[in-house]
Amino acid sequence: MKNYLTDDYTLRSWFFTTDHKRIAILYFASLILLFFIGGAAATMIRIELATPRADLVSSDTYNRLFTMHGIIMVWFFLIPSIPNTIGNFIVPLMIGARDLAFPRLNLASWYLFMLGAAITLLAIFMGGVDTGWTLYTPFSTLYSNSYVAVAAAGIFVAGFSSILTGLNFIVTIHKLRAPGLTWYRLPLFIWSLYATSVILVLATPVLAITLVLLAAERIFGIGVFDPRIGGDPLLFQHLFWFYSHPAVYIMILPGMGVVNELITCYSRKKIFGYKFVAWASLAIALAGFLVWGHHMFVSGQSLTASLVFSFMSFVVAVPSAIKVFNWTATLHKGTLRFDAPMLYALGFIGLFTMGGLTGLFLACLAFDVYATDTYFVVAHFHYIMVGGMVTAYFGGLHYWWPKITGRMYPEYWARAAAILIFLGFNLTFFPQFILGAEGMPRRYHVYPPEFQVWNVLSSGGATILAVAYLMPLFYLGYSIFFGAKAPANPWGATGLEWQTPSPPPKYNFERQPVVSAPPYDYEHAPEPQNV
Amino acid sequence: MSEPGDIAAHLSSPKQRDEVLELGMWTFLSTEILLFGGLVMTYMVYHHADPVSFAEAGRQTRIVIGTINTAVLLTSSFCVAAAIQAGQAGAVRPLKGLLVVAIVLGLIFLGLKGVEYAGEYSDHLVPGVDFAQSGPHAQGIRLFFIFYFLATGLHAIHLLCGIVVLIVFLRCARQVVRRPRYLAGLRTAGLYWHFIDVVWIFLYALIYLPGRSG
Repeated sequence: MKNYLTDDYTLRSWFFTTDHKRIAILYFASLILLFFIGGAAATMIRIELATPRADLVSSDTYNRLFTMHGIIMVWFFLIPSIPNTIGNFIVPLMIGARDLAFPRLNLASWYLFMLGAAITLLAIFMGGVDTGWTLYTPFSTLYSNSYVAVAAAGIFVAGFSSILTGLNFIVTIHKLRAPGLTWYRLPLFIWSLYATSVILVLATPVLAITLVLLAAERIFGIGVFDPRIGGDPLLFQHLFWFYSHPAVYIMILPGMGVVNELITCYSRKKIFGYKFVAWASLAIALAGFLVWGHHMFVSGQSLTASLVFSFMSFVVAVPSAIKVFNWTATLHKGTLRFDAPMLYALGFIGLFTMGGLTGLFLACLAFDVYATDTYFVVAHFHYIMVGGMVTAYFGGLHYWWPKITGRMYPEYWARAAAILIFLGFNLTFFPQFILGAEGMPRRYHVYPPEFQVWNVLSSGGATILAVAYLMPLFYLGYSIFFGAKAPANPWGATGLEWQTPSPPPKYNFERQPVVSAPPYDYEHAPEPQNV
Repeated sequence: MSEPGDIAAHLSSPKQRDEVLELGMWTFLSTEILLFGGLVMTYMVYHHADPVSFAEAGRQTRIVIGTINTAVLLTSSFCVAAAIQAGQAGAVRPLKGLLVVAIVLGLIFLGLKGVEYAGEYSDHLVPGVDFAQSGPHAQGIRLFFIFYFLATGLHAIHLLCGIVVLIVFLRCARQVVRRPRYLAGLRTAGLYWHFIDVVWIFLYALIYLPGRSG
């Protein structure tokens, strides 16, 4: 029988496809490339930081390296990572739909993404950008001699790709659910992507207009944010973080969604406190819009504003903690299996908890004044974004790999990679907490010699991490050609996506599925198969 | 009745198709509100910082053209609403006529906007191109006109898109009698058109009214 991969082999059938599964594959391929470009910049940074002196690059080149790392990783890997690849593939399958609500818009979103990526890469290859990914004015508009406007144009275009994806998910989840699939029967991955989509749709346009103002000021020199002629540079920071803080939740909510699926499947239990986890996603999305000022505690905003933003930042910790506690409670007395996706999920919980708790440190006004712009902040957000999101991305990739490709991956290597990622990650980023607490500022490539030992540990950890990230490229690539054929439901998982063959046929289901059971009904799920 | 092919292959019923279109447009409009919202917030912040200069700048705008344009756009919105009514009744000729009037009114708006821009250019009020104001309020006036050109420019781009959409619906207006999909699409396009209208009402109040209250 034909599936979505064997349906047609022409290039045209790939580049003009409106099948959500093929578009997901297009995103997978693009994101792998961009991940390794962003990773190459990180590698250069870690090599340079192995010694206290400047041996590899000049200060100016170093500025361009960490800017490139930030821009690529944030906008061209993390934000689209789980939503546009796994989400694109799995959402319609999970809700029993034949496609997303707007299939052509979905394809348009990929083309916009690629156009945005091409423009941004052009800016990098023309000479790069030296402002940091935050593009703060007045440096970015008045002083920087790098390709700020070109990069801003690339990010602007990619933003519309985000908006279209979010819009597509919102409408799909509202209107295309299978008969009987009520909101409280939805897998929690859907809830988390719904919350993510709300942020994509409501926050991204603010970034778009901010970039327009930035470009207008830079190109025409009209002083929107120039204090010498009446503008207010802080206004840029407010607008930027009004987008970019919610964007942090775009970069973690989908990961949380994946972890719900993995924890339940490999504990053979329904999730503990379904409604709490579901609403926690929306609570994080909404509260996330009200905390942006915690990026500006030392910017000169009023103390009252800082106090309110500090309080709100603590509030966000509540739904996040609910999730962690509920995952832990789900594990309790479960029939645990330590397959590779489960190892990733457990790694996620540990690393996310570290990232989340250090986030509470930074939400404290007094400590944040001390830690602002130090490696403590760098370590904190890498624990969330890399330790959290990237780990969940790999976990989800392994979990759904049989569904996507129709092949089983080598379990031994997958477990080895999962463990190596966890160890390498901690070795890379834990020393950075210590560096930050001892006062090493971020974004400098020369530092006092007493910091060297922690930097060497960090660079050593980065080497392990790099190897661990490259491993799946080989064994997953191998499995596409030589892996055992995957059955429809190798893990004995619940969820509609496992009720259709692997890989799924072009229109997902032979007949319209009807749902009559609650989610994560593992008491009645089939046994996992050992393939 | 809908004929085969009137519903996309991934949808199951005409009702679902109509709901998907409508929710899609509302979601898109929420994005649009935040897009203009960022600009309006910029305006509010600077207005709050320097209300006197903003009042001075507001007095330099051309309120007659602005007011006529408001009337023009509101009338066009009425025409689109009436065109949808005509479409529901299956009346092709009134549908086409009303769409033509709405499109022409949209073009008149853009034409008047062009006249207004030309006037501001000759008054040296275009920041970054030709801006020559002196006095204590020059900086505030420049900030006001940055907002003015970005916001009205962005609005004009939206209006232009709206006009293109209406032209597409005008060209295939005969489909209204046999394809329910057409009417669903037209309703969605109407939502967008009304949104452009509402944005303009906000811009009108922000641009033309400061400094003119007594």
